[in-house]
Order: sequence, then C-alpha cells, then structure tokens
Amino acid sequence: MTVEITRPDAPDAFVAVRDLRVHFPTEDGLVRSVDGLSFRLDRGRTLGIVGESGSGKSVTSLAVLGLHNRRTARISGEIWLDGEELVAAPPERVRALRGKKMAMIFQDPLSSMHPYYTVGAQIVEAYRIHNDVSRKVARKHAIEMLGRVGIPQPARRVDDYPHQFSGGMRQRAMIAMALSCDPELLIADEPTTALDVTVQAQILDLIRDLQRDFDTAVIVITHDLGVVAELADDVLVMYAGRAVEYGGADDLFERPEHPYAWGLLGSMPRLDREPAERLLPIRGTPPSLINVPPGCAFHPRCAYCELTGGLSTTEVPPLTETAGGHLVACHLAPEKRREIWENDVRPTLESR
Amino acid sequence: MSLQVAESAIQQAEHADEAGGGLWREAFRRLVRKPAAIIGAIFVAIFVIVAVFAPLIAPYSPTATDLSQIKGPGHIPGPSSTHWLGLDDLGRDVFSRMIYGARQSLVVGVVSMAFGMVGGIILGLLAGGLGGWVDATIMRFVDMMLAIPGLLFAIGIAAMLGQSLVSVMIAIGVVNIPVFARLLRGQMLAQREADYALAAKSLGVKRSRIILGHVFPNSLSPVIVQGTLTLATAIIEAAGLAFLGLSGADPAIPEWGRMLADTQKFLTSAPQLVFYPGIAIVLSALGFTLLGESLREALDPKNRR
Repeated sequence: MTVEITRPDAPDAFVAVRDLRVHFPTEDGLVRSVDGLSFRLDRGRTLGIVGESGSGKSVTSLAVLGLHNRRTARISGEIWLDGEELVAAPPERVRALRGKKMAMIFQDPLSSMHPYYTVGAQIVEAYRIHNDVSRKVARKHAIEMLGRVGIPQPARRVDDYPHQFSGGMRQRAMIAMALSCDPELLIADEPTTALDVTVQAQILDLIRDLQRDFDTAVIVITHDLGVVAELADDVLVMYAGRAVEYGGADDLFERPEHPYAWGLLGSMPRLDREPAERLLPIRGTPPSLINVPPGCAFHPRCAYCELTGGLSTTEVPPLTETAGGHLVACHLAPEKRREIWENDVRPTLESR
Repeated sequence: MSLQVAESAIQQAEHADEAGGGLWREAFRRLVRKPAAIIGAIFVAIFVIVAVFAPLIAPYSPTATDLSQIKGPGHIPGPSSTHWLGLDDLGRDVFSRMIYGARQSLVVGVVSMAFGMVGGIILGLLAGGLGGWVDATIMRFVDMMLAIPGLLFAIGIAAMLGQSLVSVMIAIGVVNIPVFARLLRGQMLAQREADYALAAKSLGVKRSRIILGHVFPNSLSPVIVQGTLTLATAIIEAAGLAFLGLSGADPAIPEWGRMLADTQKFLTSAPQLVFYPGIAIVLSALGFTLLGESLREALDPKNRR
C-alpha cells in the first residue's frame, strides 16, 4: 500500500516544512494564519515554536498532522516527513501516518480524552489502529505505556476513567496514548499550560526522557519561553503567521536579534532572579490576521521602527542569515541590532 | 520533609474520587440527592408496577359489571368497602379500570416514545454524521414537521391511519421524531469539534469510527433525557387522542383518556369519575417530567464539581 514517492527535491532532514501557507477564507476576509513558513527538524532534536496567541503556532502543528478541515482551510507549500510530502498526499495516506509516524499532545488533557471510555480503552484503541494485535496484547501494551510515563500502579489505573486522574496524570496518560505506536515525530501543543508549575517540570522531564529513549523528533509549541529553554535545541519565533527569528536555542537566548524576541524575553518572569518590580510587556496587541500591517507586521509595536528609514512600513523583511544558522527577519542592519541588544535591551533585562 | 507531606496530600487528593465510575454513575449519585427526582421516581415506580402487575392488583375484571349495586337509572354508586373508587355508569369497578388503564398508557407512552426516539436518532445521526447535503435535506424536512403543531399533527396522522391503538402510537411517535433528530444533530455538531475528537483524529482513528464510536455516544445523554420528558407528553397526547375517540375500536379496554371522555357527561352527578383518570394522567406525566428534569440537571456539566 505504501507508495514511496522519492522526489529529487526531497530534503535530507527528517521533517522539513517549506513555504507553508494556511489560509482560511471567511466572510470577513482571508485569514492568513500561516503565511510562508519554513523550518526543518532532525530525529532526536527538539524545535520550539514560540509566539503570542494567534501567531499561527497551533495552526502550523495541525497542518503538519493534516488535521485541518480541507473544506475550510487552504493549505499550500510542502511538508516533508521522512522523505514523503504530505500537503499533496491523499487524506487516507496522511491518516495512516497519524499516530504511527507522527502524533500530538494537546493542551487540555481532560477535554482531549473521551469521558466515557477508560484511559486504558483509549490507549488500546490508539494502539490497535496501527498494530494488528488482540485486545489482550494491546491492553498489556497500554499498561506498559502507562507505567512508562510514570503512572503508579498502571495495572489498576488502566481501568480508570479520565476524570479520575489528576491533571498531571491525565497529561501523562495523553502522552502514553500519543506514544503508544512509537511515533517518530511528536508535536506537543502547549503541553504544560493547563498544569501546575510543579507538575509542569515533571512533564517536561518526561518528554525529554522519552525523546531520548525513542529518538523522537519533537516540536514544542508554546508561548512559555521557560519551556523552550528547558527542551528546545532550535527555536522558531513566529509573529502574525511568519517566522521572525529562527536559530539555535543559544542564539535566541544569548544573542536575540529581533525586537519581538527581545519583547518576549522582557515579558518572561524569571524565577532565578530577584523579583522584578515589573515585567517589560510588548506594547500594543497582536495584529488581525485578516489585515496584517504592511511591511514588517511587527512595526506598529516596534520601538525601533523609525530606525529603518520607513522601510519597515512598506516592505516585508526577508528572513536572512545573520550568523551561522541564525536567521532574522528585520530591516535593522545586523550591526545595529547587536548594538541595541548589547547596549540597550540586555542591560535593561538584566538589571530589572 | 514538608515536600513529602505535600506529595502524600496530592496523592490522597488524586485517589479521593476513585470510587466513581462513568458519567452516568456520577449522575445517578447526584440524582438520588434530589427530592424532585425521588418524588418523580416514586410516581414512575408506582405507575410502572401497577401497569405491569395489573391483573394481580385489580380486585375485579375491568369489564365485569356489578349491576346489583345500581339502585336505579342514573344512579352511580360512590366509593364503598367493596368498590374502593365506586362504580361507573355501567356498573364496572372504577379502581380496576384505573389500574388496567395504567397498562394502556404505559404501553402507548413507551412504544411511541421509542418510535420517535429511534426515528429521531437515525435521522439525527445521518444529518450530524454525514453533514453536507444529507444534513441540509434532513433538517429542512424536520423543520417542516416542526412547523405543524404537535397535537394537530398527531390527530391528522391518527385519523389518516384509522382508529387503532397502533395508529395512535405511530402518530405520537412521528410527532416526536423531529425533536430527537434536532437534539442529536446539534449535539453531534458540537461534539465533533471537541478536543477529544481532534485528539482521536490525531492518532489516526478513521472518520467513521470517530463519528460512531466517539462523537455519537457522547451526544446521547440529552437525547435520553428528552426521552424521559417525551414519555410524559406521550401519555398526555395518548389520552388526548383517546379523548377525541381516535384510539382503538374496543370501548371495553380501559384507557384514561377515553374514561375521561366517557364520564364527562356525569360531571355534575358523579364528578369523581372524571377526577380519577384526570389525576392519574397528571400524576404519571408529572412523575416522568420530574425525573427527566432532574436527570437533565444531574447530567449538566455545569452542575458537576
């Protein structure tokens, strides 16, 4: 059944997204949720996608899994998974890959599990879609998976209903379900947002451990830079459906170059420092995705907009390399950006 | 040290609600704490027991006449030690007739409700599951049915099908189809967008399996609640149709609605004959309504802890 399509332009990366666009035609106009996004990811590596609500993070992840309704979403570009292109692939083929090759962890583990079925039954179902085994074997596997994600007494808890689990345990069970068929790509969409801070750390540890064991490629979608700092090897900063900065985690945390990334860092509470008297929020609100501001989408909120000589209000800045593998989409000259970061932004962040 | 304490407290909290089962078991626990639900359940239980064991409970045959008690033309004996609720104009024991009447009402209520519910579930499942033009067609059809007043619609169907108990049950059933269809379809449309449906999809579950195995069972609870409430209206509608003389050809079979119709001419001389079937209809319908409403409240996620 598997049709191996080896195209000459197939990328060498395990996951590669090229010029992905996800548009939703609505009565109010065309919503450009994702507008020309590219990234790549290898096995065993983690990519963090960060941005505010409505920046297109979740839409991107749903597009990778092919979960958008094809009647309401217009998707173009290329999504490559292990040498196979998914945007143009038949829906049935993509369905067969879901769960087996790629899986997803959702934000709210309670609403993401069916209330009428036991946790075990749901893992059994997920496992049996892609593995032709008896119920008994699948149940054994479910218990094993629950044990693996750190649920105590898995043989007993397997018959519990989701509402009998605590928030952290539900998220563990959700992870067990997603990992039941050993997917090679795991997308975690805000995996810790609905959880207590203490439980958050446990879940992040769990994802990291499981990634090491299974050599999984992981995409973590979050607005929490703390999660990214904890997990990600590479970071993609999204704003209004586009990548504004893309590079290694060190680049992003040590040498961020986009004013939006500075803003994100400034609005992140730091637990390892003295409590700041106040955070540095980004002024304004994210733009409407129907009327994205012309030029650089961030320019109405950018404190350094005037320094570009009006360029940022008219022309979309391209995502260009500033130093080894570190890409930034900003009209400011690289030297100027580094100067502002070193002399202006960084001292403010560290002094507060 | 304090961390250990906190951890054990968390574990205790995690195990606290372990005794519970699924949604329905939890709803049942909430239900038994509601006085309205208890009263409704008692009425319903009495009604069902009386209907099922009618031959064992009734002291006389519903058709046997005891003319020795009738002292002259127009005399209708009231309650006595031998005939607890008295006799009717033909000398039949009213108590026995009331008991056999419960049987009739229960059968008509349950069968017509089941007919409407099954029909509504089939239409609602097709509309909510397939969507597109199937949904549009079914829903316009349902809208058309809803546009006609219920009882009038039922009278029309019953009159068309001829005077029989079966036609009454079909008529009431058909009238109730659109309510169930709309309810299920709306619920399924909402549930299809739920996170668990997306999560199932993300695991590669087939569309048909998501609709039938996940969305459909989770959309049924309001339909079941509606079923209980429909039992109440079905009993009233059945009595109404019988009152109008549309149910069955055999006047010997006691039916509350027809008892009401047959005895209204004695409203001034023997008002108890009208009162008994009237109160029986009201109380049985009230029982199902109280139970149904309480069930809806108990299943309402907003009322959960």
